[in-house]
Amino acid sequence: MALLEVNNVSKVFGGLSAVTNVKMKIEKGELAGLIGPNGAGKTTLFNLLTGVYPTTEGDILFDGENLAGRKPSAINRLGLARTFQNIRLFGNLTVLDNVRIAYHSHVKYGLASAILRAGGFYQEEESMAQKAEELLKIFNLDHKKKEIAKSLPYGEQRRLEIVRALASKPKFLLLDEPAAGMNPQETAELMQLIQEIREKFDLTILLIEHDMSLVMGCCQRIYVLEYGRIIAQGVPEEIKSNPKVIEAYLGEEVSYA
Amino acid sequence: MKRLLSKKNLAILLGILLLYGVIQTLISLGILRTFHQVNLITICISVIMAVSLNLITGFTGQFTLGHAGFMAVGAYFSAVMTVKWGVFFPVSIFSGAVLAAVFGVLIGLPTLRLKGDYLAIATLGFGEVIRVVLLNTKYVGGAAGLFGIPRLVNWTWVFFAAVITVVVIRNLLWSSYGRACISIREDEVAAELMGIDITHYKVLAFSVGAFFAGLGGGIYAHYFYGLQPGTFGFMKSIDYLVMVVLGGMGSITGSILAAVVLTLINVVLQQFSAIRMILYALLLIVIMIFRPQGLMGSKEASLELFRKMGRRSGNGSLGSK
Repeated sequence: MALLEVNNVSKVFGGLSAVTNVKMKIEKGELAGLIGPNGAGKTTLFNLLTGVYPTTEGDILFDGENLAGRKPSAINRLGLARTFQNIRLFGNLTVLDNVRIAYHSHVKYGLASAILRAGGFYQEEESMAQKAEELLKIFNLDHKKKEIAKSLPYGEQRRLEIVRALASKPKFLLLDEPAAGMNPQETAELMQLIQEIREKFDLTILLIEHDMSLVMGCCQRIYVLEYGRIIAQGVPEEIKSNPKVIEAYLGEEVSYA
Repeated sequence: MKRLLSKKNLAILLGILLLYGVIQTLISLGILRTFHQVNLITICISVIMAVSLNLITGFTGQFTLGHAGFMAVGAYFSAVMTVKWGVFFPVSIFSGAVLAAVFGVLIGLPTLRLKGDYLAIATLGFGEVIRVVLLNTKYVGGAAGLFGIPRLVNWTWVFFAAVITVVVIRNLLWSSYGRACISIREDEVAAELMGIDITHYKVLAFSVGAFFAGLGGGIYAHYFYGLQPGTFGFMKSIDYLVMVVLGGMGSITGSILAAVVLTLINVVLQQFSAIRMILYALLLIVIMIFRPQGLMGSKEASLELFRKMGRRSGNGSLGSK
C-alpha cells in the first residue's frame, strides 16, 4: 500500500477551482517532485495534504488513515511535516528553540513535572537539546544554535526550516521550494543533504521546486500540475519529452502557414 | 535534585527570603506603618496580576482586556465563601482562583479563535459582563458592594503568593509547554503544523493566567475589607496591561519591575492629586518613547545580563586607549 494516497481531491475557493481531481500515489521511501507553472496549485495541494485547508472533494489517505477532518497538528503527529515557501520560522526565538518546539509533541514529562521541575524534567530537557543539536549538526547549523532565527542569512533560514520539520519525527516530508533563492552551489549541496536525510531517517519526500535540473536530477517520480490538474506524471525522462509538459512551460507550437 | 539546588537557584531563594525577612522585620519593628504596608500589598497583587497577564498577552500573544474580570470572579467568590459560608480563608481564596480558571476555560474556548483586536473586544465584553452581573446581584451587595470581609491575609501570605505565582509561571514558560505557548505568539500556522494543538495551549495559557488573576482577586478581597463592582472595571484591566507593556511583553522580570515602579509612581503622585493622572500619562508616554519595547524588552533580568552590561561598558572604556 502506498504511504500517501490522494484520491480525486479537489479544492474550490468561491468560484475558483484551485485543485481539481488530483490523484497521487507515493510509495514509502520515494523521492517525488511536484512541478508546474506559477499559480498551478502546488502550494494549495500542500496545504490540503497538511490539513491547512479542508478538501472540497475527495480524500487523502496517509499510512492508511483518512486525513479528512483532522487538525493540522494531529496530521503532523501522524508523521507528516512540511516547510514553507515563504519562510515561517519562529523569528524571535533562538535556532535551538525553533527545533525544540517541533519536538514538543514527543515530550515525555507532563505539565506538573515542568512546574515542579521533577519527574525527569531536567533529563528530558537535556536529551531534547542534544537531539536538536545533532539535527542542527547535519545541516551545519549547530554553531548558530544560540542565534535568533530571523537574524540568520536566507539560505540558513531555509535549512533551519527543514531541521525543524525533521524534529517532529516525520515519516513523510513535504518541502515547498527548499532551494528558492539559493545559488547553484548551495542548491547542489542542499540536494545532496536531502538525499542523505532521506536515507538516514527513512523518509519519503515530496518536493516542489522550480529548478528543473535539480528536480530532474534527484526525483524518482515527477508530477506536473497545471491549472490545478495533474497533466503528467512519471520518471524524469518521460516528463522531459512529454508534449503536454513542454506546452505548459513553453507554450503551444505555432505553425506558420 | 542537584539541578534544582544549583548555586543560582539557591542564590535566588536566599534573595527572596532576605527580602521577605528585611521587610517583615521592619513591619514588626513598626518602622513600616499601615500606609507602607498597604502599598507593599498593592505591589504584590500587581505583580501577581501583571505576571499572569504577561503569560497570556506577552508570551502566548493573546491580547486580552478582561483580566480584571477574572480578578473579580476570584475576589467575590472567595469573599462570599469566607463571609457567608464560613469557609477557612485559604480554602476560599484557592477556590476563587479555581473558579476564575474555570471561567478562563469557558471564555477561552469560544473566543480564542478570534485574533488581535477581535479577541480584545470579546474579552473586554466578558469583563464588563462580570462587572454588570455583580452590580445587579443582591446576594453580593450589588452596587453598594460586599463589605465586612475580615482582613485575614498579611504581608507574609501576600508575599509568598506572589513568589509562588512567579515561580509557577516561570517554570511553565521555561519548559517545552512554555515554548509551545511562545510558538503560538511567533507564528500560529507554523506552530499548528509543527504538531502543536494551538487551541489547547491558548486555553491552557488563558486558564493558568485566569487562575492567578483569581488568586490576586482573593487576596485583594481579604486585605481591603470590602469589594465594589466598580473596582474591577475596564480601567483595572488596562492598568495591568500597562504594566505588562511597560515592563516588556514576554519578560517576567519586566512585569515585576513595572508593577513595582508604577505602584510607587502612583503613591508619589498622590501628593499632586489634581494633576496626578496627567503626570502619570505623561510619564508613560515618555517611557514608551525612550523604551518602546518596554523596560526589559523580552529579556529577563539576571546576574548574567548585569555581567554582560558591565562587560559592555568595560569594553567601552578600553576602546578609548
